[in-house]
Amino acid sequence: MITGFLWKGVVRDRGRSIMPFIVVTIGVFVVVFLDGFMGGMLSNMIDMTARFDAGHLKVVTKAFEENDMEKNNDLAILEADALFDQLRTHYPQVSWSPRIYFGGLLDIPDADGETLAQGPVAGTAYDLLTNQVESERLHLANSLVTGRLIGSGKEALVSVDFAERFEVSPGDTLTFFGSTMYGSMSFTNLTVVGIVRFGNAALDRGAIIVDISYARQFLDMENATTEIFGFLPDDLYKQEEAEAIKRDFNTRFPAWEEDEYAPYMLQLADQSGMGDMLAYMKSITFIMVVMLVFALSIVLWNTGILGGIRRYNEFGIRLAMGEPQGHIYRTMLLESLMIGAAGSVMGTILGLLLALYLRKYGLDYGSMMDNISMLIDPVIRAEITPRMFWVGFIPGVISILIGTALAGMAVYRRKTAELFRELS
Amino acid sequence: MRIIKIKTNQIIVCLVFSVITVQAFSQSPTQLLDAVDKNLSADSRIVESTMVVHGKRNNRTMTSKSYTEGTAKSFSEYLSPARDKGTKMLKLEKELWLYSPSTDRTILISGHMLRQSVMGSDLSYEDVMDDRKLTETYNAELSGEEEVDGRPCWVLSLKAKVDDVAYDAQKIWIDRERLVPLRQELYAKSGQMLKRILLSDVRQIDGRWFPMQMNYKDVLKEGDGTDYIITKIEFNKPIPAYIFSKAGLKQ
Repeated sequence: MITGFLWKGVVRDRGRSIMPFIVVTIGVFVVVFLDGFMGGMLSNMIDMTARFDAGHLKVVTKAFEENDMEKNNDLAILEADALFDQLRTHYPQVSWSPRIYFGGLLDIPDADGETLAQGPVAGTAYDLLTNQVESERLHLANSLVTGRLIGSGKEALVSVDFAERFEVSPGDTLTFFGSTMYGSMSFTNLTVVGIVRFGNAALDRGAIIVDISYARQFLDMENATTEIFGFLPDDLYKQEEAEAIKRDFNTRFPAWEEDEYAPYMLQLADQSGMGDMLAYMKSITFIMVVMLVFALSIVLWNTGILGGIRRYNEFGIRLAMGEPQGHIYRTMLLESLMIGAAGSVMGTILGLLLALYLRKYGLDYGSMMDNISMLIDPVIRAEITPRMFWVGFIPGVISILIGTALAGMAVYRRKTAELFRELS
Repeated sequence: MRIIKIKTNQIIVCLVFSVITVQAFSQSPTQLLDAVDKNLSADSRIVESTMVVHGKRNNRTMTSKSYTEGTAKSFSEYLSPARDKGTKMLKLEKELWLYSPSTDRTILISGHMLRQSVMGSDLSYEDVMDDRKLTETYNAELSGEEEVDGRPCWVLSLKAKVDDVAYDAQKIWIDRERLVPLRQELYAKSGQMLKRILLSDVRQIDGRWFPMQMNYKDVLKEGDGTDYIITKIEFNKPIPAYIFSKAGLKQ
């Protein structure tokens, strides 16, 4: 009953509600949108890092883990097939895939077969011929600028920057010169079948992609692999699940405690500073919400004081008519709860709408990423999560309640004995 | 009379010792370096060698045969293991060419690639390429006397006098009697030691002293270094010209 009466007052007396409503709407809108945008950015980063650098889980030798930056193949996993079988047996829900990294020179021959040009390349070997999932996971078909995907051993995909710099086209045969796993010289002729663009400076600079079965031949890595990547079901990263599998593996196979070449499992949060990044993003959201509550409370406190001045006479009459100060205070809080809820609903809707727009069309900041080596897609898309329905709503309501609670204290300073003098 | 005889003997011993000492001290650091160059350098050299790379995880052994003419021309062919057999390296002046039989390609190695390790060893292509005499590339300064493996040595500090040397400074321990280095430390411009070489099994061949075994240690790399063991060496033998031609790489 009283609620309906108060609601009518809020709706009919716009001067009482419009300002707090706008303030709450804007604040909640900003929080909801930023939460979706930053969540999208984080998901983008997790996705790119997982696909190209860290997996959701990764098995390496302990020695390799300690020298991760060098990506030395002489620290690679040996007897990889047996390890693979164990991983598939114990963790069948995870999609496991071996990868080999290698570096060296790609040499472009002239008509006489002598060096015409050459450039350094960072190579990655994926299981492309027997595992279709890897190709899909890397979005290779979408990244293809020209040519086709790898169909047999001695074929390679070359990154667009390298291809443009050295005028390489599909059909050209290049010679790779590098080191085998044991340090010997490694030479092989590779036919370029496609040029790829991943849209990321770090990947497009000087990359070459080959199939892992052939890489094992020219790098002398039979039954060996640099790393084994693991992806959780639906390629969806869940930090707790990944952590549980990692702990189980490292407890089940504790040889790494004694042997630095024994396998050791990592999860995404352990690599490339992703753990810090995840914690940082969570902190940012928390700080954002606290700042919203603080800033809005200050603004709404001020708005409440102005409203209190405007309604000075009204409160005086209500007090003179015998309404207790506590009742007036509670009705003010109830009114602000209504305004806060309405503003929060509106702010949430607007935030969700803008996030939806950016989810569909994305924000392309590729031109700013030319010299950035981070694994992140240059088109950032916001994401929509259930969290967005309350992340702004609750702080929006709380902030107006705090603001009103502070401003409404003035009611308790009114003295009944002075009311007639004030109202006359 | 007896006292006089003893005194005479003592005087003779002292004189001989003094003459030897004065003779050694009379050699300036540059002259010492020149004497080292005379032992190590030759108009031409044909070397059969075994290289053992003591890696962190395993050891690898490879054999090769090399031909060197002066300081500008050098050719090496790997004879084993099977994977590396037939791989050839040709140095002509400042260019280094590699030939791989598996690709039938001749590849030019240049720029930063010259600092890369040869066959995973502790030697870089630059180390292999630079055959210049020490007197041509470094100024020397005597910095002391020490023993290496029980042999008295002069210790020289070398500072590069040309820009295109791989190491800005060296410290070199020269066997006082045989005038060959027994230990070398190679330094970067920053003063950081990059490599250490221990030379041993010094033999007299064709009237010169020559270390037949060397242990190279890249101090920035894990492992126990690389042993370079000369199994056969011939000095100043004529080498056919085709050996030092690019066309010869494919033969």
